[in-house]
Amino acid sequence: MKKLTQRIDKERLLLGIAAPLLAIVAAIVVTTLVILATGKNPGAAFSDMLTYGTASDSQVYILNKATTYYLAGVAVAIGFRMNLFNIGVDGQYRIAAFFAAVLGGALTTPGWLSIILIILCAMATGAVWAGIAGVLKVTRGVSEVISTIMLNAIATAIIAYLLQPGKLAELQSGGTVVSTKPLAKDAYFFQIDTGAAGELWGFIFIAVAVGVAYWFVLGRTRFGFDLRTVGQSESAAAASGVSVKKMIATSMLISGAIAGLIGMPTLLNDSHQFSNDFPTGIGFTGIAIALLGRNNPIGIALGALLWGFLERTTNHLEFQGYDKEILGVIQGVIVLCVVIAYEVVRRYGLKRQQQRVGAELAAQAAAPTQKQEVA
Amino acid sequence: MRRVAKLSAACIATAALALTATACGSTSSDNSSSPSSSGGSGKGIKIGLAYDVGGRGDRSFNDSAARGADKAEKEFGGSIKELTAKTSDTEADREQRLTDLADAGYNPIVAVGFSYATSVDKVAAKYPKVSFGLIDSVATAKNVDSITFTEEQGSYLAGVAAALKTKKNHVGFIGGVDTPLIKKFAAGYVQGVKDTNAKAKVDVQYLTHGSDLSGFSSPDKGKEAASGMLDNGADVIYTAAGSSGNGAIEAVHGVKGAWAIGVDSDQYNIPGLAAYKTSILTSMVKNVDVGVYDFIKSVHDGKPLTGNQIYSLAKGGVGLATSGGYIDDIKSQLDAAKKKIVDGTVKVKTS
Repeated sequence: MKKLTQRIDKERLLLGIAAPLLAIVAAIVVTTLVILATGKNPGAAFSDMLTYGTASDSQVYILNKATTYYLAGVAVAIGFRMNLFNIGVDGQYRIAAFFAAVLGGALTTPGWLSIILIILCAMATGAVWAGIAGVLKVTRGVSEVISTIMLNAIATAIIAYLLQPGKLAELQSGGTVVSTKPLAKDAYFFQIDTGAAGELWGFIFIAVAVGVAYWFVLGRTRFGFDLRTVGQSESAAAASGVSVKKMIATSMLISGAIAGLIGMPTLLNDSHQFSNDFPTGIGFTGIAIALLGRNNPIGIALGALLWGFLERTTNHLEFQGYDKEILGVIQGVIVLCVVIAYEVVRRYGLKRQQQRVGAELAAQAAAPTQKQEVA
Repeated sequence: MRRVAKLSAACIATAALALTATACGSTSSDNSSSPSSSGGSGKGIKIGLAYDVGGRGDRSFNDSAARGADKAEKEFGGSIKELTAKTSDTEADREQRLTDLADAGYNPIVAVGFSYATSVDKVAAKYPKVSFGLIDSVATAKNVDSITFTEEQGSYLAGVAAALKTKKNHVGFIGGVDTPLIKKFAAGYVQGVKDTNAKAKVDVQYLTHGSDLSGFSSPDKGKEAASGMLDNGADVIYTAAGSSGNGAIEAVHGVKGAWAIGVDSDQYNIPGLAAYKTSILTSMVKNVDVGVYDFIKSVHDGKPLTGNQIYSLAKGGVGLATSGGYIDDIKSQLDAAKKKIVDGTVKVKTS
C-alpha cells in the first residue's frame, strides 16, 4: 500500500512538473519563430538573455521586481482559491500605496513605528477597497468581476483628484511631477547593499513571510480548508456547515490587504513618495503570475522570478536591436501556453487515472471468477 | 505531496539565499567589456536616446526629439541608439535603460520625458564623464542639461489667436491628461483669451485623469470632447493631447466656421491630417528638436551644456506656426502680445 501511494505521488509530481515545462518549451518555440520572422537570430537572443540575466546587477533587479510581483500574485491567488476573480488588485494596491504615502509623509514618529503604521495603513486601505466588492457580492449578489473593475476606475479618479498641488500633493521643481510629501529618511525600509550590483530591497523578507503565511493558512488551518472547500463547491461547503457569505467577505478582505502590500516595496525601498509616475498595472501582472504559479506559494515565486527575468533581459534585447515588443509576445505566449498545458496535462492525468482504476476493477472482477472456477 | 512541497520550499529558499550571497559575481557592465560590439560605425558621435512611452513615430513629442537627434547625426556623423519606455516602467527600468547606454559608450545620452528626472540624477552620478540631457524636467546632477520649455507662453499666443478668431465669444481647450505639464498649456491659453477678450468664455476639459494616461492616445475621446464643446457653442478649440488631438481636429473639421489649434508639431503639415488642414488655424509648436540638437552640438563641440536651459518664447523654443496663412490677418496683434511677454510686461501663469 505504501508503495502504491509513493508511485502515485511520483506520477502526480511528474505531471505537475510536466505542465510548466511543456509551457516553457512551447513558449521558447513560439518566441524563436517570432524572432525568426523578424529576420533576427534567436540563438544569439537567448544566449544574450542568459548571460545578461545572470549578471549580479540583473539578479538584484530581478529579486526586487519579483518582490512586488510575488505579493501581487499572492493577492490574486487568495481570490482564485476561493473561486473569486479579484481583478481589483490593481486599484487596491494603487489607492493603498497613495494613502500610505500621504500618511507616511505626515508622520513624525520614530522610523520603525512609521514603517509599521505605513504598512498597516496600506493593508487596511486595500482591505476596505476590496471589502466594498465583497460586501456587494454578499448582500446584493453583484459579480466581483464587475464591481472590482469599476472600483479600479474609481480608485484612479480618487487618486487623480487628491494628487494635486494644494490638496494632498505638492509640485516638484521642474513643474512636471506632482507627488505626495516624501517620507522621512528614517522611515525608509532597510536594504542590503551588494556593492556594484545595487541594493536588494529588504521588503523581500516580508514577501517571503507573506508566502509562508499563505501556505500555512490555506494548507494547515481550518479557515484555509473552509476557503478551499467553498472554492471547489459552494453548496457542498454550505452543507457541511461553512458560512459561504462570511468566507467570501473575509477572503476579499484578506486579498485586498495583501494587495495593499504590493506598492510597499516601491514606496518604502525605492520612490519614498507617491507621484504621478508610480508604476501602474501590477495587479494585472499579478493575475498572470498567479495563473503561472497555479496559486501555489512556490509556483507564484517562480512565476514572479521568471517575470522579473523576462523584463530585465528583454529590456536588454531592445538594446541589442531586437524589437521591444518581443517582451509582450513572450509573456503572452507563456501565459497562454501555461493555461493550455495545464489543461492538456490535467486531461491526460484524468485519462491515466481512469485507465488505472478501470484496470484495477477489471483485475478485481477477474480474480474471484478464477477462484470460483478453481473451487 | 506535502513532503514534496516542503522539500522544494527548502530547496528554493536555499537557492534564493545562495543567489543573494553570490550576487557579488560580475555585473553586466563587466560582462560587456567591449562597448563597440553593439555600437555603430565607431566614428563620430554616439547618441543615446531614451524615449518616453510611444517612442519614435508618435507624430508628436518623441518624434520631435528624434528630429533633433537625426539632424545632429547627419551633421556630425556617428550613430543613434534608441530605447523606449513602457507603461509598466519602474525607476529600475529607467535606470537600466540609461545605464545600458552609458555602459556601451554612448555620449551624450538624452532622456526624453519628465519621468526620467530621478533616474537621470542617479545614473549621471555614476557616470560623471558622460553628458546627459533631460527634456521637460530639471535634474540636479552636474553633468545634466535640463531642457525645459515655456509651454504657457506659446499657449498664451494660441489664446490670443483664438480670442481674435472666435465669432461666438466662446472657445475651448482639450487637455489629454490633467498633469501639471498640460495644466501649463491650459493656464497660458485661458490667460491669453481673457487678456484679449474679457467677455469670451473658455471651456476647459481633460480627457482622462491621474494615472490613466489613455487621454494622450485616444482619438475617439478627443473627437467626443470636441463635438461636445462645438455643440455647446465653442468655435475655436485648442487641443494638447498627443494623438487624441487628431480626433478633435476631425470633429472641428465637420463644423463650418470652426477652427482647431494644433500642438507640439506644425500639424498643418502632418500628412495624416492633410484632409483636415483647412480647419487648422495654427499650431503651438514646442521645439524639442532644437533643444536636443543644441545639446548634442554642445557635446560635439566639447563644451557640454549643463544646468537648466529654458527654451522660452524669446529664444524661439515655443511659438505659433503660420502654415496655411490663416493667422496672417492678426499678425500685428500676435506680435504685440509676443513682445509684451518677451519684455516682461505680461507674466504668463503656469497653473
